[in-house]
Amino acid sequence: MSLTQPHASPAAQQEPDTVNTPLLSIKDLSVAFHQASNSVTVVDKISFDIAHNETLALVGESGSGKSMTAHAIMKLLPYPVAHHPSGSITFEGDELLHYNQRQMQRLRGRRIGMIFQEPMTALNPLHTVEKQLSEVLILHRGLRQPALRTKVIELLHKVQIQSPEKRLKAYPHELSGGQRQRVMIAMALANEPTLLIADEPTTALDVTVQREILGLLQNLQKEMGMAILLITHDLGVVRHMANRVAVMHQGKLIELQDSEALFDAPQQEYTRTLLNSHPKGMPLTPSDTNKESLLETKQLSVSFPLNKPLFGKPTRFVHAVKNISLKLTAGQTLGVVGESGSGKSTLAMAILRLLDAQGEITFQKNKLHELNEKKLRPLRKHMQVVFQDPFASLSPRMTVAEIIAEGLSVHTELDHSNREQAVIKVMDEVGLLAADRHRYPHEFSGGQRQRIAIARALVLNPKLLILDEPTSALDRAVQVQVIDLLRDLQHKRGLTYLFISHDLNVVKALSHQVLVMKGGEMVEYGNAREVLEKPQQAYTQRLLQASFLN
Amino acid sequence: MSNNTTMDQSTAKPPRLSPLNQRRLATFFNNQRAKWSLWLFLIVFSASLFSEFIANDKPLLVIFDGSVYAPVLKSYPETTFAGDFDTEADYSDPYVSDLIEAKGIIIWPMVPYAYDTHVSDLTTPAPSPPSHKNWLGTDDQARDVFARVIYGFRISILFALTLTIGSCIIGVLVGSLQGYYGGKVDLIGQRFLEIWGGLPVLFLLIIMANIVTPNFWWLLIIMLMFSWTSLVDVVRAEFLRGRNLEYVRAARALGVNNRTIMSRHILPNAMVATITLVPFLLTGAVTTLTSLDFLGFGMPPGSPSLGELVQQGKGNLHAPWLAVTAFGVLALMLTLLVFIGEGIRDAFDPRLVTAS
Repeated sequence: MSLTQPHASPAAQQEPDTVNTPLLSIKDLSVAFHQASNSVTVVDKISFDIAHNETLALVGESGSGKSMTAHAIMKLLPYPVAHHPSGSITFEGDELLHYNQRQMQRLRGRRIGMIFQEPMTALNPLHTVEKQLSEVLILHRGLRQPALRTKVIELLHKVQIQSPEKRLKAYPHELSGGQRQRVMIAMALANEPTLLIADEPTTALDVTVQREILGLLQNLQKEMGMAILLITHDLGVVRHMANRVAVMHQGKLIELQDSEALFDAPQQEYTRTLLNSHPKGMPLTPSDTNKESLLETKQLSVSFPLNKPLFGKPTRFVHAVKNISLKLTAGQTLGVVGESGSGKSTLAMAILRLLDAQGEITFQKNKLHELNEKKLRPLRKHMQVVFQDPFASLSPRMTVAEIIAEGLSVHTELDHSNREQAVIKVMDEVGLLAADRHRYPHEFSGGQRQRIAIARALVLNPKLLILDEPTSALDRAVQVQVIDLLRDLQHKRGLTYLFISHDLNVVKALSHQVLVMKGGEMVEYGNAREVLEKPQQAYTQRLLQASFLN
Repeated sequence: MSNNTTMDQSTAKPPRLSPLNQRRLATFFNNQRAKWSLWLFLIVFSASLFSEFIANDKPLLVIFDGSVYAPVLKSYPETTFAGDFDTEADYSDPYVSDLIEAKGIIIWPMVPYAYDTHVSDLTTPAPSPPSHKNWLGTDDQARDVFARVIYGFRISILFALTLTIGSCIIGVLVGSLQGYYGGKVDLIGQRFLEIWGGLPVLFLLIIMANIVTPNFWWLLIIMLMFSWTSLVDVVRAEFLRGRNLEYVRAARALGVNNRTIMSRHILPNAMVATITLVPFLLTGAVTTLTSLDFLGFGMPPGSPSLGELVQQGKGNLHAPWLAVTAFGVLALMLTLLVFIGEGIRDAFDPRLVTAS
């Protein structure tokens, strides 16, 4: 195909024959960024079509160029730093790459709607729901009151927000994550676009909410007859939603197939690994000889004061963790499951005594709740933590060797060369090249960074490792590697894990016991197999159902 | 000896500067205006550090009767050169110079006047216009303006540097303690800062000028008492943010003590804000000293100061070289500092660095 469609023949493309003419047609599209003197190609000659009423899923790992493609369709890339060396984007017969700023503005939000990943940042925190929704309607349709308000209420109704009249004056922070995403959808659909671009629409949401939002999108698609370009890394979502799937890898489109065909018989090697990369395997069989309990909490509660009066004590509290009693046997894994805001991380912080808590914590027969920071310090050697975000948990100004050796300088008297040896050994153990130890964290990928964080914890030879969502910031394939590594380390070193996650697939692959939390309270606690296969509580059942567990 | 594989692995040497700082340096030196400003400033400043060797009423070297003397470094009585008095020789006195030149030679500095030398052989009444002897003319007390400018430049920059370094140390310390511990420490600290910031600095200086004779160190102490607060807010904000960063929490979980966490993990973040502010604090300090001198509450009378030169320019409008010189020197100095400051600010700006 030529790079540009000749403008002289628009009539040929505007035939009412909507069956054969695709709604959106992308041909040989490339996206490149100018960087210093050279240009870096992030999307490399991809081509695909979207038909009317169709859902096409664009799948790939982070950095594969899926979002870039979506932003290119809307021309939302940072031009002129970004540019298109080749390609054409034809939408309803018009070449979008030839559109100027003004024409694009008329197109965006009217004929193509877009919803973003993070509903908190995509909505303006200073304006009410009504104002933000009205803006779209005024801009593109010139609606005036009172028709405007009626239309806003109708839209909110359509995205199933309860009692929309009362929600008109609400600010984004007053809404829950799911409600915010509904408002975002309402904004995108306000002008009944023929194409909706959904960029990771449910990634920031809890599983139960995710289920509802996806259902809503499907209903709306049927009702309004629009096409959806769904961008996601979550194959569970894809299987649930998409008619066709396009797999992207390192900026290239490597496979484009019908959803069923792709899941049944993937053609490419990469697609196969992508499909197979869900956490597998079973937790280690615990040895019967070791039944000693390593960690125990009794009635552990954490509460934060809501008001801070100048004199006297605060009177109102929010209870982040309420009366959690748990027992962790040495060499085993306790999975703590719950949605965001359920108090999982707070529980971990309280056990580590990084937050003040009420109740008893016993670790290796030491009563942690009675110790002050100074007496606690020698014990910290034995209980370590790995955080969720490997990009935030490593100091960007220290080399990997410095990061890993930091704990050694606190807890041991090793001299420089011995410390170096310890660092090399532990890097080797977690699967990193010891030669890389003088590099800085930003030079590593997400999975490698998480390995660095694990190495930092392991170098002290801890007994207990608290893993706070260690895999949720990682791509699926990397997740599997990290989980395998964790299982391997547990086997070799006899580690005890407190494993926090919202992802039941991951928890299932590692945990001997499971604790389900909701709103700071314990919902269900017991043997992993029993809880995950025969959940007793309605909430656990709902959680399992929503998580596409297979 | 360690085994072979570890030997191979340890060949990689840690870089001396982190890549981030290397990139910042490169960005700064790519900015031509900032680069040249920095070099020019450094040249002028280092030259001014040797003012005594550039402009002085004492010779650099005297060779007299076969012996070598360095009057610029050491004082010799007039009797050394076969004079009459036991007091230090006045080399600009024709009597003394004639005595020396009879039996040796005198090597004078480039400008044979110090900042407080009264030029005695003026052809016109002071203030005299620029001439080949007094390059920038003389002021109304017949003192060479060029000599006063280079001494005054030096004292301004030294004052500003000391004040800025002092403010940084106190400001960063207070800001980091407030931000890291938060809660009551922060609350009390902030209220103290509000009250402290409300004190009228100028009145305090005027009152002080009535009690003690203000000199360099008095002025420095008084100014320091009030200028440290400007850094507290930015550093405090960085520490408030920094103490909840995940890598800081990870360090706490490792059992690292508070002092190390503050200095190793959070302070580097706060240093960006601090370093960005420093050049602007410098210009502020220069301006403050100049305006105090102009008002007459600054350095003791007779000291070489740019503020005093401005005041002379105002008092002697018929001698425009005074005002023009004062303006030129101040404008040059402040412009250079602002250009350097801008360069530093841009070098530390993450958006500009990544975009380029």
